[in-house]
This record gives sequence, structure tokens and C-alpha cells, in this order.
Amino acid sequence: MLNAGVILFVSFAYMGLLFAIAYAGDRRADAGASIISNPYIYSLSLAVYCTAWTYYGSVGLAARNGPDFLPIYIGPTLMSALGWVVLRKIIRISRIHRITTIADFIASRYGKSTVLGGVATLIAVVGIIPYISLQLKAISVSFLILNRYPDIAMPTHFTEVPVLHDTAFYVTLLLVIFAVLFGTRHLAATERHEGLVAAIAFESIVNLAAFLAVGLYVTYGLYNGFGDIMETAMADPAMKQRLTFPAQSGAWADWGLSIFISMMAVLLLPRQFQVAVVENVNENHLEKAIWLFPLYLLAINLFVLPIALGGVLRFPGGGVDPDTFVLTLPMAHGEKFLALLVYIGGMSAATGMVIVETIALSTMICNDLVMPVLLRPTFLSLYHRSDLSRLLLTIRRSSIVLVLLLAYTYFRFIGEFYGLVSIGLISFAAVAQFAPAILGGIFWKGGNQAGALTGLLLGFAVWFYTLVAPSLAQAGFLPMSLISDGPFGIGLLRPFSLFGLTDFDRIGHAVFWSMLFNAGAYIGVSSFTRATAIEHTQATLFVDVFRYSEEGESAFWRGTASAPDLQSLLERFLGREGAETALRRYAKRHHIDWDAAPKADAGLVDYAEKQLAAVIGSASARVMVASVVKEEPLELPDVMRILDETRQVIAYSRELEKTTSELKAANERLQEFRELDRLKDDFISTVTHELRTPLTSVRALAEILRDNPDLPAPRQEEFAGIIIKESDRLTRLITQVLDIQKIESGQFGWRFGPVDLREIIGDAVHTTRHLMQEKGIDLSLDLPEGIPTVSGDRDQLIQVLVNLISNAVKFSDGGAIAIRLGSDPETVRFEVQDSGIGIRPEDQDAIFNKFHQIKSSGRGRPPGTGLGLAITRRIIEHHGGTITVHSEPGEGATFKVTLPVSTGRNAPDLQA
Amino acid sequence: MPNGSPRNRRLSALFWLGLLLFNYPILSLFNASVVIFGLPLLYAYLFGVWSLLILCLALAARRPPTPPLPDAPRQNDRFR
Repeated sequence: MLNAGVILFVSFAYMGLLFAIAYAGDRRADAGASIISNPYIYSLSLAVYCTAWTYYGSVGLAARNGPDFLPIYIGPTLMSALGWVVLRKIIRISRIHRITTIADFIASRYGKSTVLGGVATLIAVVGIIPYISLQLKAISVSFLILNRYPDIAMPTHFTEVPVLHDTAFYVTLLLVIFAVLFGTRHLAATERHEGLVAAIAFESIVNLAAFLAVGLYVTYGLYNGFGDIMETAMADPAMKQRLTFPAQSGAWADWGLSIFISMMAVLLLPRQFQVAVVENVNENHLEKAIWLFPLYLLAINLFVLPIALGGVLRFPGGGVDPDTFVLTLPMAHGEKFLALLVYIGGMSAATGMVIVETIALSTMICNDLVMPVLLRPTFLSLYHRSDLSRLLLTIRRSSIVLVLLLAYTYFRFIGEFYGLVSIGLISFAAVAQFAPAILGGIFWKGGNQAGALTGLLLGFAVWFYTLVAPSLAQAGFLPMSLISDGPFGIGLLRPFSLFGLTDFDRIGHAVFWSMLFNAGAYIGVSSFTRATAIEHTQATLFVDVFRYSEEGESAFWRGTASAPDLQSLLERFLGREGAETALRRYAKRHHIDWDAAPKADAGLVDYAEKQLAAVIGSASARVMVASVVKEEPLELPDVMRILDETRQVIAYSRELEKTTSELKAANERLQEFRELDRLKDDFISTVTHELRTPLTSVRALAEILRDNPDLPAPRQEEFAGIIIKESDRLTRLITQVLDIQKIESGQFGWRFGPVDLREIIGDAVHTTRHLMQEKGIDLSLDLPEGIPTVSGDRDQLIQVLVNLISNAVKFSDGGAIAIRLGSDPETVRFEVQDSGIGIRPEDQDAIFNKFHQIKSSGRGRPPGTGLGLAITRRIIEHHGGTITVHSEPGEGATFKVTLPVSTGRNAPDLQA
Repeated sequence: MPNGSPRNRRLSALFWLGLLLFNYPILSLFNASVVIFGLPLLYAYLFGVWSLLILCLALAARRPPTPPLPDAPRQNDRFR
């Protein structure tokens, strides 16, 4: 039989087992043989994420809303993927700065601010207490249901059970004792609780095993596997619909927002911070936890759907709360031992969460709320008391009692109004408010105290207004018109549809608005306000944590203290023994003869502050250390020194960048040189070739003349004529080569003066007239009056025109050549048009290159040296002008030259 | 994340992949009342992706094999 006695006996026996495990864990730790120092225990302790909400509530949510229970576990899986980047950084920072709570993390990051620490603590307490009470409710309700075995009845008015007859009350008392015993056993600098972690890991195993047992029982005991349940369920259209997303417009956004807040929760819930960061023994345990923890979550969700469907099928009509299916299904089939196991599993899920959460909250309350107040100089008696370590422990223990009693009270008064899941999600949304301050704080140095404080307060206010105020209205503490009409009848401010936003569900709506205000204020205010020196220091230390050494202390603390002062300060909080141990450890590590050291240097002061920070929080620790340290005000040069390293790194990387680009530029120049070198080689070989051709014929003809003195006179005359012609050609070629060399090397003797282009054209035409007459070419000139003069070298410009005209003549047989002159205010243009063979488009650029001669089809080698146009272009360019060619094959060619009106010595130098 | 050991980059990539696969619009492709392997399509998809993601996380999070000791002078040679 399952009577109250048996259930209570099993409950308390289970709690006893927990105590035993925790005790053994602590004993092993004291003996130096840690049982929790491995990645598997670490991963299991992370599973404290799964609470009674997971255990009972997931099934309820799946039965009511289908897939909505999954984002709460998918989020942590995704966060796990970022664990190596985000969580490891938080762990490293917390270890170096001896940070023990999430509130202290925020306070420390933003200049060790007592105000921020206090605000964060209040948010955590207000946000989490309902969540703890939810666990107590789960214990209470599951007991009441099991107690009615074999009947299945929903406990109604369970909060009317007298307190002294309520199991949850006794369980709460036991949890208080457990948390006090194993959570505040001593004040250690590390604040690690090995026994506690061992017990939590054990609870995670029990929790998972019990849930898998029910899942297997329902899936394979009551049905024939997944397919069977699904088939049965899908036969019902209403249930079939529940297996997919609703078509409602905000459903996807709600899903995404659920994933988001779960991601934040798994990082920022006080209990997660406790097990993942504070209780972390070795960062490398993350390597395995990154996938083991999600695997745990996957496993515990495998059977949620079958149990939910099984429950709906077994209890149609809604008489049984879906949140209890896990328990009521085995009961309905007479499986009392399984039901008992389920009850224990649920209790393990609930107690694990309650214990860790309570300890984390009590540390926060003590370090970030109570101590800053007590340590104010106005509390003089306390300020100078010799041993505060007992007091500290008393405060912690009182906080534990307070938190649990508050949670129990909440459960008694308000808990009945809510399903399991909605309370949990409200808490998730509350801790998500820490996200901007913490994630921004570890990746963005620009975030400062004003920004973090504004963001937290705004986010918390919106959270309270959109989630808590309506529930207060529903519970009768506020008028219901707040929800229906908005405050003072302002419809836009209705808490469930703020500013008219109605597409999201309540949680999604609250998360959206609170995160928008929170992150917006954090970024905005941070960007527009100045941070103090200590904020800058902490920002650098947090964001660049991997750059500084494990004990990167002395660089950042200034001022000195007398060693005895420091020692007595530590003794007040750590106790005589604790202080002694801590200081010996420091002396040993730094090879200092402690007894002979009258002065504590900056390093030791920093070390002492961190030891204190672990016990009383960073903000209070700073105040206390400041009271014994002759602190020199932090001045600008010090801040600069702190930032200097950062700057050096930046400078170094700039240097590196510069070197790289210089190398690249040098390489490019080298390529250019190579190209030039190649061009020079080409030039020389071409010149050699061009010189050799006429030379060869001169020599051959001269040899003929020498060897054949009896050659007839007309032949001799003919050969001599060719020799003269070829010699002329050679002379011309050499002159041109020299010219082009001079122009290119800038040594050409330019003689600039005002030049009238009409005159130039006239001279050039006169020089080439006989060439045109020989070929019978008609010349037409269009030389209008009033063309402005240009500044140029008269002889060279004549040369340009002679080159262009003779070029035109060369490629024309008969036909016509037209020379036109024109001007506008800035330039003078002339063009030489012929009606010759034209130039193929692909050759039009190349003709201005040295020795480029168009290989015309079937006409052999065209006459000329191949240097004329190259020289022409260089002369024009030296005058600051341009030369272009327009041509179609067979249609003739037009060379256009443009010269600036006032060109002259300011013409651009020729490129080398 | 700029913080870039290969392991960090692998894990960050998996995070973005997971975020993509677990959200609209990819997720909506599987929002149909179809049964596959005895599971509704949506659940089969979610649990399938979830399992694969965990498998990939396990592979990606492995400690990289200890690299051979770097030759200090070798690094400078590149700039010489």
C-alpha cells in the first residue's frame, strides 16, 4: 500500500541519502581526493537546469500546446555550442577575479559598483523566488496526488492544507538544513562546494532515470512503441492539430524568442552560474560538457510527447491536470512502485534546483545587498569588529532561510494561480535582463556603469509591468481594468499588448519589449556617457581576459599597505586560520619571506582584495581594502599605462599591416621593373634588327661595287643611290632612337615658346608637299582664323605634323588627306585624316608603341622605321596633350591631337 | 566571433547552423501532419537535427591534436 507513512518515509530516506552523498563529497574534497573533478560530474551538475518544471511541466505543455516545450531545451543546446567561446570566458574571468555570483560579476565588470550589485541581486531575488516556489508546489502536489492512490484526484485548494500538515513545508525545512550544512559550511576563497555538487549530480541521474522509466513504461508497456501511440493520437483531429505549429502570425517569433530566453537562462540563472562557473574545477571539462549536457537534455525530452499523448488518451475530458500525467499515468495502471519512483524523481528535480538556487541567491544577498550596507562607515561598531567571518556565515544562513520562507509563502498565497511552465518562463524572462550587461560586458569595452544600470532598471521595469503586474491584477491586488483598459484607460499601455503589439504570446511580448529597452538603454547610455578610470580598467580586464596571465594582478592595483593591516583585514572576514592559509599560499608562490615583509606591495594588495571578493563580493572587498591601503588616486597616466598594452598591440598589428603592404608594393615595383627590363631588351633587339637590315644591304652593295669594278655605270649609280638612301634611313633611325631615348630619360633639349599652329601646319605641309605630289594625293586644309597659340617646341611640333602627314601618305595610294584645325577656350585641336587602308581596331593602341609595325596582309613590310608614331605620342604628351586615332579598316584613319591652350613647362613629365 | 582558434570557429559555425535549422523559415517546411518513422514529421525533424547537432558538437569540441613544436626562427623567415 502507498499510505502517507510510506511516502514520507521514502521521501525522507531519499533526503537522507542526499545528505550522505554530500557529506561524503565534502570529506573526499577535504582529503584532497575530489570526486567531482571530472567532466561527467560537471555535465550532470549542469543538468540542474532541469527542474520539476521539466519533469512535470514539459508533459503538460506538450499536451496543451504541442511542440512549445522544446525551445526550452534547444536554447541551451545552442548555447552549449557557444560554451567554449562565452562560458569559458566567464569562467576564466570569474576565477581570476574570484567572482561568486552573477550579481557580483555585473558589479565587478562595471567598476565594482555596489549599486549595480544590489540592483542585480534584487532582480534575481524577485525573478527567482516564484521559480523556487514552483518547485515546492510540485513537491506538495505530487505528494497529495500520490497519497490518494489508487484514486486519481486533483488536489483542490491544496494551499488550505494547514502548514504543519503540508509535506512541502517539511521538505522546505529539510532543504534549509541541507543548504545551510553544505552550502555555507565554511568561508573559502574559492566558494566551491564539492559535496553539494556531488549530490546535485546524483539528483540529475535519479531525475533522468525516473523519467526514462515512465517514458519506457508508457511507450512500450502501455503501447507498442512510438508508432503505435502516434497512430492512435493522430486519429483524433484535435490532437493531430496539436502536433504542429498553429497558423497564428506570431507563433514562429514566439518560438524564436523562447529559444533566446532559454539560451540566456542556461547561462544567467543564478543556479547555472553557480554550477557552471563557480563550481567548475577545470575549464577543460567544458570540452565534454559541451555535448554531454545537450545529450542529457535530449534524453530527458525523448519521451515527453509519448507520455503527453498517452495521458491525453487515458484521461480525456480534462479532469486530470496534464502537468501530473507523469505521475497519474502509472497510478491509473496500478504501478505503485513506478509511481513512487516518479515521485522521487520529481522530488530530486525540485530539490536539486531549490538547493543550488537558494545558495546562489543567499550568496548574492549577503555579498551584494547586506554587506555593502553593513560595511558603510556609519556602522562604526561593525566596521571595526575584529572577526566578521561568523557574522558572514550567519548572514548567509539567514538569507537561505529567508529565501526559502519567501518562496514557501509565495507558493501558499499565489502559487495556485499558475501552471508550472508560465512561472518558470517568467523567471527566465527576468534573468534574461542580465544578458546585455554580461554579454556586452565581456565582449564590448564600451559598456559602462551608467549604461548597465539604466538597461537593467528599464528592462526590469518592463518585465515587471508586462508579466508581474497583470498577475497581481489577476490575483486581486490590482484592479483588473489595468489589463483590459490599460492604466488610466490608456489603451496603448495595456500590459499584454504594449504599444499595440499583439502578435506575440505574453512571454514573447514581455521578452521583446524588455530586451529592446534593456539593450537599447545599455548601448545608448554607454555610448553617450563617460566611464570612470576603474570602469575602464575592469572593462579591459574582462574583455581581454585571455591576454592577461592567470594572476594578472600587480599591474592593476596601485598603492601599498602595511602587511599586518592587510592580514588583520583578512582575518576579520576569513577567520584567523583562513587568512593565514591564504597569505602563506601567496608568499610561497611568490617566494616571499612572509614574516620579514613589513609592506604589502600592489600584488599582495590585489591578491588580498580578490580573496575578500570571494567572500563578500567585489564591491565590498574594494571598499574594505581601500580602508587599509594608502590608495593613491588613479590618475590619467595610470589609465594610460593600463591601456598602453592594448595600444601597443594595436600599434604592432598596424606595423605588421604596414610591413605587409610595403612588401606588396615592393613586389609590385619589382614586377614593373621586370616589365621595363623586358621592354628594354625588346627595344634593344628591335633596334639592333632595324639597324642591321639597312646596314646589311649597304654592306652587300658596297661589296658588289668593290668586287665588280667593271659594273656598268648606270648599275653603279643605282647601287650607290640605294646605299645613300639606306644610309639616310640609318641616320634617321639613329636620330629617332636617340630622340626617343632623350625624351624618355628627360634629357631632351626642349625649346618652348608661343607657337601658332597654322604656321606649323603650313611649314609641315611645305616639307611634305613633294611626298604627296609623288603619290598624287589631294590635300585639303581647313585652317580657320583666330586659333590661340599654344606653348610648345616649334621644331618638335613640326616634326609631329610631318610624321603624321608622311604616315598618312605612306598608307595611301592616291586619295586625299585632310588637315583640320579647331579650338575651344581650353584646347587647340588638329586632325590629319587620310583615305588609306585604315587600321584594325586591335592595332589602334599598339601603333603608338616603339617599333610597332602593322603586319599588313599581303603587302609585306610597310615603309618606315616604326618609331615615328611613338615619338609623336611622346612629344604630344610632353606638351600636356593627347593623341588618338579613329579608324575603320578600308575607310582611312584620322589622328586627332589635342593640346592645351596654355600648355608649357608645367606639362607633366614623361613617365620613365 | 573574432576570437579565432579553429575550435572556436567550428563551434560558432555550429551555433549559427543550429540557430538556422531550429527557426523559421526552415522549421516551417516541416510543419505538416505527416508521420515519418512513427513520429510526426515536425518532431522527427527537431529530434533528428538535435541529435546531429550534438554529434557535431562532440566532434568539434575535441581537443585538437597537439601540433608539432613550432620552429621559432621559421616564422621570421617569411619576412626576410
